[in-house]
Amino acid sequence: MHIPDGFVDLKTVITTSVVSAGGLGVSIYKVKKIFKARTIAIMGVLAALIFALQMINFSIPGGTSGHLLGGALSSIIAGPFGGSIILSVVLIVQALIFNDGGITALGANIFNMAIIGVFSSYLIYFLIRKISKSKIIFYMAIAVSSWFSVVFASTFAALELGISGTYAMGITLKAMILVHMVIGIGEAIITTLIIAFIDRIRPDLILTEERGI
Amino acid sequence: MNEKKITTFVLVGIIAALIIAVFISPFASSFPDGLEKVAEGFGFLEKAQNAVSDKIFLIPDYTFGAVNDPLWQGALAGLFGVLIVLAIFGFIFLIYKATTKNKNKIE
Repeated sequence: MHIPDGFVDLKTVITTSVVSAGGLGVSIYKVKKIFKARTIAIMGVLAALIFALQMINFSIPGGTSGHLLGGALSSIIAGPFGGSIILSVVLIVQALIFNDGGITALGANIFNMAIIGVFSSYLIYFLIRKISKSKIIFYMAIAVSSWFSVVFASTFAALELGISGTYAMGITLKAMILVHMVIGIGEAIITTLIIAFIDRIRPDLILTEERGI
Repeated sequence: MNEKKITTFVLVGIIAALIIAVFISPFASSFPDGLEKVAEGFGFLEKAQNAVSDKIFLIPDYTFGAVNDPLWQGALAGLFGVLIVLAIFGFIFLIYKATTKNKNKIE
């Protein structure tokens, strides 16, 4: 759901850019406190993986495709602040090198995916994990938070298009949410598989409530 | 802190990213994504316009222009993308090392 240039108007560009720059600033400030060589290495690997996985579009019914967003994947391992930095780097590289997502829409894309996608998945993940420590709840927390992160990110993308007057707000919202409810299933499956795999080989790398952010 | 080494994890992660970006991405679905599909359906897709010249992008639309074969174009785009992302974090690592050298030892 990378918004191209031309879909968001000037006021939306400015607002989202300011909010995203602020959010990224806070994330850098927070991550710097826990910065260690290993933090950077883990974030780098996750960013490379998410960049690669974002290239893998999978088909969904109706001649549409989706790909992993990585909000939940990054936040469940690197925390929401680390996750938002990871996603921002990926989005910046995509916009500047690959022309994927507009340069003027970069603020909006960072806001939708690196802030809303990352933080919503993080909150939902921990809310569900509070239920119990069982593996089933753990997998459910990953799947549900991944799904919501995509749906929420698409909701904000649609809101920005609506506010920009690109197309009627209500119709855009409904269409965007509907298609991303389907794409979100892919996100949930891929994220759950990857985190379950990491949990098998390196459970210490999964964020827990005790370890915090 | 006694934290387990992450060398293997990092290596496996990088190899996985490279395999996905180079060998799998050329075969990814080329259908429009969710947003494009919605824009197409409601007829506002043509509003998408680059704010800058197309020429500034090194690898526009994940197509590495220096080779002709579409599979290679995608594979090389994936390769360079992963390397660029890794280089950014490598750069952050170098800054980190340079700034913390005198304060305390790294791990």
